[in-house]
Amino acid sequence: MATAVQRLRGTFLPLSFNSGLNVIGILVVLVALFASTQRVIEGGGTYFFQTLGFGLAQGAIFALVALGYTMVYGIIELINFAHGDVFTLGAFFSLAIITSPLGALIGLTPSSSGAGVILPLLGLFVVTMLFCALVNIAIERVAYRPLRHAPRLAPLITAIGMSALLEGIMNVWKGPYNLAYPDFLPENQIPLGGGATIAAKSVFVIVIAVVLMVVLTLFINRSKLGKAMRATAQDRDAAQLMGIDINRTISATFFIGAALAGAGGIIYGLYYNSVQAFDGFQYGLYAFTAAVFGGIGNIPGAAIGGFVIGIVFAMSDGYFTTKWTIPLIFAILIFVLVFRPTGLLGMRVPEK
Amino acid sequence: MAPILRVEGVSKRFGGLVAVDNVSFEVNEGEVFALIGPNGAGKTTLFNCVTGFYTPTLGTVTFQGRDITGFPPHRTAKAGIARTFQNIRLFDYMTAVDNVRLGHHVRMRSRLWDSLFKTPFERREEREITEHSMELLDLVGLKRHADSYARNLAYGQQRRLEIARALATDPKLLLLDEPAAGFTPQEKVELMQLVQVILARGITVFLIEHDMRVVMQASKRIVVLDHGEKIAEGTPAEVRANQRVIEAYLGKSA
Repeated sequence: MATAVQRLRGTFLPLSFNSGLNVIGILVVLVALFASTQRVIEGGGTYFFQTLGFGLAQGAIFALVALGYTMVYGIIELINFAHGDVFTLGAFFSLAIITSPLGALIGLTPSSSGAGVILPLLGLFVVTMLFCALVNIAIERVAYRPLRHAPRLAPLITAIGMSALLEGIMNVWKGPYNLAYPDFLPENQIPLGGGATIAAKSVFVIVIAVVLMVVLTLFINRSKLGKAMRATAQDRDAAQLMGIDINRTISATFFIGAALAGAGGIIYGLYYNSVQAFDGFQYGLYAFTAAVFGGIGNIPGAAIGGFVIGIVFAMSDGYFTTKWTIPLIFAILIFVLVFRPTGLLGMRVPEK
Repeated sequence: MAPILRVEGVSKRFGGLVAVDNVSFEVNEGEVFALIGPNGAGKTTLFNCVTGFYTPTLGTVTFQGRDITGFPPHRTAKAGIARTFQNIRLFDYMTAVDNVRLGHHVRMRSRLWDSLFKTPFERREEREITEHSMELLDLVGLKRHADSYARNLAYGQQRRLEIARALATDPKLLLLDEPAAGFTPQEKVELMQLVQVILARGITVFLIEHDMRVVMQASKRIVVLDHGEKIAEGTPAEVRANQRVIEAYLGKSA
């Protein structure tokens, strides 16, 4: 156990381009193999690319949420079960703004559409990400920090408690219904050539997620705080001696993770046009599966894991049966935990 | 010479266990000061009280005339105290030079803006840090291994890398926790030379050491702890002749 933990600790590494290339290569081959099966050929290319586009968009949301799980795990070895609900909170909070007079003030109402929504939407992202980040920092301060030296089961239980609390608050706030989320995004399909198309919606989701991930990478690779995070993940005591305030660093990790989850929440709302108070529980588990798939604590792993789970999800829904999709996802979780607990990327440290 | 570090009546209790019991001493600027004692005497606990990993139950720690009692470790580092650990604590998955570069963290002035957009200011600072890191690696004889991962270095090299990383924080006082543990006689000689070089850079050295030969040669003054209490203080010759010290180390003669 101790060695497993040590091995995982070192994996708090930033997204690096070449590291993921091999893995992406393997995945592309797998998708191609899948695409050449009888069932897919019969379905036709248009349907395949639509499904793939849907999978990538869904995967982008998984990836955004998975990053928060993996960053927090990387730095304090805690599975933050409340993270999925911070994601839902992002959807709820942004919806509340849109439906309030405040939304009208910045030019967003449930019936807005067209190019005019782009700027206000950007503002909505910023405000929501900030809100989720502050909530997550508060959660860490109240429920995890006092237990930092307690046995690891203790903060895990408070995490589950925080998850239930957030779900409860959202349930009281808006009721246990499916809430309609406004449809700001264009519905048209973008042709890819040869009859294949991708939904403009999917492109939007993928682009936003990728931009956020690139910013995160730059931040962790280059900034002083990013370096402090990597150092804190590897050895907390030694990091302190370098003048790193680990409380601040851990708060920053929760801040960034929740900001990404909040963005994921808005994207989720915009993409599915519906959100419910308990969505985050299940969605969080998918994202957690994505993080484990890529190697928990490993940042590029979470991003890749998110896309993989998203594609598996869409392909299963599209070509087999939706009933088996969820069992399939969790079968993957069990399979990875049993046969490759360090995940797909696991360790990437070159030996001498 | 003025005292750079003053420890006054420091006690540390863990429940019923008194790990450090009312210990006082002063470390003067520019000397090598040693803390010795049998296993479990409370030496590392005292180090932890000075560097902020523990808050003393009682007593005060004063550094350069400033009360730093209860400062968290990142603030003692900022104040100018650096340390190494008894069991080496490097960033295993970073290269040697990155370990030392990270040591500069506490003195870096670049802002988020600078690092995201690679401003000229940030580039210059990064270059200076890299140069300084290479110089420190050279000092401890690890320049050739700058790009090796810390975990792949030999044991003695890791110890020296930890010293280089500590020096990178630009300390006024360097605490070394058993720096010669597990060293060959040749390595011990080299370590003592390194301590002299560090001293020549204007850094006071405060060390815990088991090897009496090393301690007696290197240090100017020594404090001896036993069961958390200070039982002797003085020059190596005085300590060596002290009856209580002999008893603590060899047991009471019947």
